[in-house]
Amino acid sequence: MIVFLLRRLLGMAVVLLVMSFVVYGLIGLMPGDPIDLMVLSNPGMTAADADRLRALHGLDQPLIARYWRWLIAALNGDFGFSRVYARPVLDIVGPALWQTTKLVALTLAISSILAIALGIRSAIRPGGKFDTLISFVSFAGISIPSFWLALILILAFAVGLGWLPASGMGRPGEGGFWDSARYLILPVATLVIANLGGVTRYARSSMIETLRMDFIRTARAKGAREPRVVLRHAFPNALTSVITVIGVNFGTLFSGALITETMFAQRGLGKTIYDAILGNDFNLALVALLFATFATLIGNLLADIAYAWLDPRISVT
Amino acid sequence: MTASAMTLHASPWQRRWARFRRNRTALAGLCVLIGLIMFSLAAFPLEAFLGIDANNADLLSRFDPPSATNWLGHDELGRDVLIRLMYGGQVSLAVGFAATFLGAVIGISIGLAAGYFGGRVDALLMRFTDGIIALPLLPLLIVLAAIDLTKLGFSTDFARSGAASFYRIVLIIALIDWTRIARLVRASTLSIREREFVLAARVSGAGTIRILLRSVLPNVIAPIIVACSQVLGSVILFEAVLSFLGFGIVPPTPSWGNMLNNAQELVATAPLLAIYPGLFIFTTVIAVNFIGDGLQDAFDPRAE
Repeated sequence: MIVFLLRRLLGMAVVLLVMSFVVYGLIGLMPGDPIDLMVLSNPGMTAADADRLRALHGLDQPLIARYWRWLIAALNGDFGFSRVYARPVLDIVGPALWQTTKLVALTLAISSILAIALGIRSAIRPGGKFDTLISFVSFAGISIPSFWLALILILAFAVGLGWLPASGMGRPGEGGFWDSARYLILPVATLVIANLGGVTRYARSSMIETLRMDFIRTARAKGAREPRVVLRHAFPNALTSVITVIGVNFGTLFSGALITETMFAQRGLGKTIYDAILGNDFNLALVALLFATFATLIGNLLADIAYAWLDPRISVT
Repeated sequence: MTASAMTLHASPWQRRWARFRRNRTALAGLCVLIGLIMFSLAAFPLEAFLGIDANNADLLSRFDPPSATNWLGHDELGRDVLIRLMYGGQVSLAVGFAATFLGAVIGISIGLAAGYFGGRVDALLMRFTDGIIALPLLPLLIVLAAIDLTKLGFSTDFARSGAASFYRIVLIIALIDWTRIARLVRASTLSIREREFVLAARVSGAGTIRILLRSVLPNVIAPIIVACSQVLGSVILFEAVLSFLGFGIVPPTPSWGNMLNNAQELVATAPLLAIYPGLFIFTTVIAVNFIGDGLQDAFDPRAE
C-alpha cells in the first residue's frame, strides 16, 4: 500500500510538472503581453521603457529560463501575483477553491444518493417500465449542454417564477444562511442534473451484474427475502465500483463546474480560470489551472484507494 | 429457409445491422440524426426559395415575429433565425464529425502502436494516455483555444477568419478526444496480434505497417466504430460550450453554440432565441448517444 501510494504521488508530481511547463509555454502564446498592455494603458511609456520593464521582469529571457525561475519560486511557496487583482494569487485561488468545494460536495452528495437509489430500483427489473423511463432520463442528463440547462433553469425559476436569484453569491455577512443558500440552489441543481445520468447508469449496470452472481442465488436459496437480498447482499458489493465513479466525478467536477460557475456568477475555481484567461491575468490562470489539475488527480487517487479498501480482491502494489 | 438459418449464413455486418435494427431507441436516434443532417443542408435551397440572406443584419427588424418569409422570426441583429439554425447545424455537425475523425486517427495510431509493439512502447504510450485522461479538459481546451495564432506565425487575416476558428476547434478537440479510442484499439490489438493470420502475414515477409493496416486494423474496426459513436456526442458538446464561451467558432459564422452567445441577456427579452439552438444541440447529442448505445449492444459478440 505504501509503495502504491508513493508511486502514485510520484506520478502525480510528474503530471503536475509537465502540465505546469506546457501551460506556462501555452500562456506565452496568448494574445496580450503584460508589458504591451502597460504600454497601451500608459501613452507616456517609450519603447525603451518597455524593454527595461521586460528586462526587469525577466521577460526578455528564453522560455526555459523564465519557467525555471517560476518553478523554483513556486516550489518555495511563492506563486506570484495576480495582475488584475494586484494581490498574491493564493489569496484569490483560496476562496475560489472553497466556493467550488461547496458546489462539488453538495452536488456529489445529492447526485450519489439519488443515483444509487434510482440505479438499484432500475436493476431490480431491467427492461421494465421504471428502468426504461430512468434510462431515457439518464441519457437526457448526459446529453444536455450544461450551459443551456442553466439558461433554462434561470428562465424558469428566476425570470419566470421569480423564486430564486438568477446569479451571484449573495453578500457575505448579510441575510444569513438561508439567503446565501438560495444562491446555491440553481447551480447545484444544474450540476446534479448533468451529473446524475452517468452515475445512475453506472450504479444500474453494476447492480445488475452483482444480482447475477452466485452468492445472490445462495442468499435467495437460503430463504432471504428480496429486499434483504437486494439491500444487504447485493448493494454493498455493487457499491465498490460506484464509489470509483464518484471519485472520478469529484475530479472532473472541479474543473467541469467552470460552465455552471460562469453561468451563475459563482466565483469558484472554474470561473477564476475563465476570467483570468479573458483578462490576460496569466499567472492567476496558470496557478488556478494547476490547482484544478491537482484536484482531478486527487479525485482519481481517492477513487483507487477507496476501491482497493472496499474490495478485498483488489490488492494495490 | 427459416429465419435462424438465415442469420447463421449472414455476414457479421448483416448480423450486427439486424441486431441494431431491433433496438428501437437506437434506430430512432439514427433517423433523428439523418433528419438533422438533412435539416442543416436544407439551408441552401430554403434560402434561395425564400429569397433571403441569413447573414444580412437588418437592425430595423430586430426580434421580428415569425412571418411568411422568416418562419421563426428574426434574431437580435435582424437575421433570419431558421436559416441560421440550419447553417449553424452544418458547422456544429461538421466540427463534430471532423474532430471525432481526427481524434480517431490519433487514437488508432497510438492504440495500434501500443498494442502491437507492447513492452516499453506500450507502457510509455499508455502512461501518456492516462495522463491526458487525468487532466481538467475544459479549462485546458479554453487555454488552447485562446492561443493567438499570429504568435505561431500565421497571418493576421487567417487568424481572424472563420475558417481558422473551424480548423482550430477541430484540432484542439481532436487533441483530447482520442484517449478512449486509443485504449479500445490497444486492447483489441493485444488480442489479435498473436492470432495465426497475423503470424502468417509476418512469416510471409509483410512489413510492420502492412501487417498493422491489412491484418490488424480490419479486425479492430468494430470497437473503433462503437468508440467513435460514443465520442461524437461529447465532441459536439465541447464545440457548443467553447463556441458559447467565445473560444470556438467566431461569429458571424453561426454554430449552435455561438448562437447562444448573447443568450443570457436574451433570456429575459426573447427567450425563444435562447431555447432553439440548445434544443438542437440536445436533440443531436441524445440521438448520437442512443446510436452509440445501440452500436455497443449490436457489436458485442456476447450478444449472439
